[in-house]
Amino acid sequence: MEALPPGAWLPITFAVLMAAAMLLYAVLDGYDLGVGVLLRATPEETQRDRMIASIGPFWDANETWLVLGVGLLLVAFPIAHGIILTALYVPVALMLAGLILRGVAFEFRAKVPEPKKPRWDFAFQFGSILAAFSQGWMLGSYILGFATGWAAFLFSMAVGVFVVAGYTLVGACWLVWRTEGALQMLAARWARRALYVTWAGVLAVSAATPLASPRILERWFSFPEALLLAPIPLATGALFLLLHIFLRRFPRADHSLDWVPFAATAAIFVLCFQGLAYSFWPYVVPEQVTIFEAAAAPESLIIILVGAAAVLPMIGLYTFFVWRVFGGKARDLKYY
Amino acid sequence: MSELDPIILARIQFAANITFHILFPTITIALGWVLLFFKLRFNATGDEAWMDAYKFWVKVFALSFALGVVSGIVMSFQFGTNWPGFMERVGNVAGPLLAYEVITAFFLEASFLAIMLFGFGRVSNRIHTLATVLVAGGTTLSAFWILVLNSWMHTPAGYEIRDGVVHATDWLAIIFTPSMPYRFVHMLLASGLTVAFLIAGLSAYRWLRDDRGAGVMKALRTGVVLGAVLIPLQILAGDLHGLNTKEHQPAKVAAMEGIWETERGAGLRLFAIPDEANRQNRFEITIPYAASLILTHQWDGEVRGLNEFAGEHPPVAPVFYAFRIMVGIGMLMLLVSWWGLWVMHRRGMTPMLARVLVGMTFSGWVATLAGWYVTEIGRQPWLVTGILRTGEAAGPVAAGTIAASLAMYLVIYAVLLAAYIGTIYHLARRGGQLTILSPTPPRSAPQPAE
Repeated sequence: MEALPPGAWLPITFAVLMAAAMLLYAVLDGYDLGVGVLLRATPEETQRDRMIASIGPFWDANETWLVLGVGLLLVAFPIAHGIILTALYVPVALMLAGLILRGVAFEFRAKVPEPKKPRWDFAFQFGSILAAFSQGWMLGSYILGFATGWAAFLFSMAVGVFVVAGYTLVGACWLVWRTEGALQMLAARWARRALYVTWAGVLAVSAATPLASPRILERWFSFPEALLLAPIPLATGALFLLLHIFLRRFPRADHSLDWVPFAATAAIFVLCFQGLAYSFWPYVVPEQVTIFEAAAAPESLIIILVGAAAVLPMIGLYTFFVWRVFGGKARDLKYY
Repeated sequence: MSELDPIILARIQFAANITFHILFPTITIALGWVLLFFKLRFNATGDEAWMDAYKFWVKVFALSFALGVVSGIVMSFQFGTNWPGFMERVGNVAGPLLAYEVITAFFLEASFLAIMLFGFGRVSNRIHTLATVLVAGGTTLSAFWILVLNSWMHTPAGYEIRDGVVHATDWLAIIFTPSMPYRFVHMLLASGLTVAFLIAGLSAYRWLRDDRGAGVMKALRTGVVLGAVLIPLQILAGDLHGLNTKEHQPAKVAAMEGIWETERGAGLRLFAIPDEANRQNRFEITIPYAASLILTHQWDGEVRGLNEFAGEHPPVAPVFYAFRIMVGIGMLMLLVSWWGLWVMHRRGMTPMLARVLVGMTFSGWVATLAGWYVTEIGRQPWLVTGILRTGEAAGPVAAGTIAASLAMYLVIYAVLLAAYIGTIYHLARRGGQLTILSPTPPRSAPQPAE
């Protein structure tokens, strides 16, 4: 490993915080968006209401992790923030449009006259798909270091599809955990379909990343790193296998293990994220700018760190509280 | 497309986004506290009418909150997509302020909103009241941080420039810049007035439709009283804010007043058409000495004119007109709320008062937007006064791309605004009752605290 510049702990800390926020976002809003993708897969209005009810109390806080992740990028690595977001202008604009539609559809579908409800269901699903796809597009473009040309574009589109599949998987697993009866059975079936596309996606991205960058190739396949890194792909494969077997077992009489598919999918997200993070370290703009070059002034980073150290535990506490209050199988969500 | 200037397009896009965005926080900041008031009255009296008012307005709150959240996320991304120079130059100050907004306010609001909206029957009445407090506090805290940053952009302090980049030297000075207290109070009162007239207007609409339950009447009275109490305070706060602006951003005040040459005993231009090409006003209607009196609190006080800031002052006409719209609506609010109070005190509600209140429903939005246009256009050509010009912060994105994203945002915002207003009136017509598809019986009604 290269020698670290002095004062490196601050940029590293912020890179870790930012990565953690992005990862939390991908899992947490991932399941919200996944449920959105699946919303119109059932024609039953009561099932749709139940699906929305399962994510209703959480989506807003979940989405805030994106604001925090991008905020930390903006705050800690201002130069990288500008480079990345201008390079990703189009998918960012589309993602924002998707998040807008998804977010407002929550409210509108519950409040508009009955005949107008289907169009907000559509907006909810369309917004969710658009946001998920754009995020995948951004990921694909980021992996290739914002390369231009048809091959890069097609790769980004493919990653877009894979991220939709990955979110659908985690969304379906969320429904397996949080719903019961016919809807849970449907969800298990949706999860199995999404599982195979996600699997293919993870394989494709894992193959493409080393091919696109000799640096990453060397990083993964030199000795002895390859041995130390082997648990990441092996564990990912094992989790996919576990999901493949476990999701066939629904419905189960005993609900005590309904959370397992969700946890397994979240673990897959964590492992994939780890793999990506390892590939790109120490770059924040792939192959161009390292976190040390892009870091903001230490005095500004420290004041944020002080605030974060004080507040993040509180956020953890009340998030835990909200999850307790709205825990267990989803009930109908009503305003009184 | 090649004709279009990408900087102008990026500015229009940012203006469109922030214009759309600010509509909703303007409602939620104060509505959170009004909901707390309804809840506390219910807790104290056990009168179900207060809970009816709460149940109706919490739905408006939820809808406004959702629109505010999603449009706010757009803003946070646009700093990077369209204005990368902003964070590169002043990120060391702006970054921590935005980060504090996210970690102290956003998670708090988002988490407890769920309990506030859906928590009845799952948590105790006391926890539910606490959630209302935390959500209201969260929206206000969020407004505080964003106004701290905005005020710093107007009147920067507590920094030094090293290698062309701003570095923070004194965080207290950065937070408490000269214009911050005035701007914060002015905005909180603007939010209060917007909500007062929204509540009064929508309740009057229900009254006109013969929906005259105790909950509607309590909300109506709350709206009118709140408006009547806040408007004199706002006029005072606005006056003080103007004096502060005159001290720190004299070019902005000159544009607001339409004063070209530095004058003693300057007259107040009630109406005029500023002609920037010839650097004069046409069709002026002036009250002698009044501008000096308002701005310096002396008959013959000196007001500096735009010509002292040639090439460094904002475009005059938009600032001049927007200022008159804001003040005009403020005066109208004063008249309507006090007259309304008098009528309701003497005779109760009358159809004429109801119609006037309905007409004023969204007056707070117009006044707030006009006020923000005054202050933000009035800051030009600076993005951060004296540090960063707006044009320097723009990114390299092509005009055609920005035009496309701008068109997309405008369509979305137009549709959402229409849907928002339509839905609010739909809620009002149904008395806030939602169609409930639930097969389960409704939960037991909440009990007031013992």
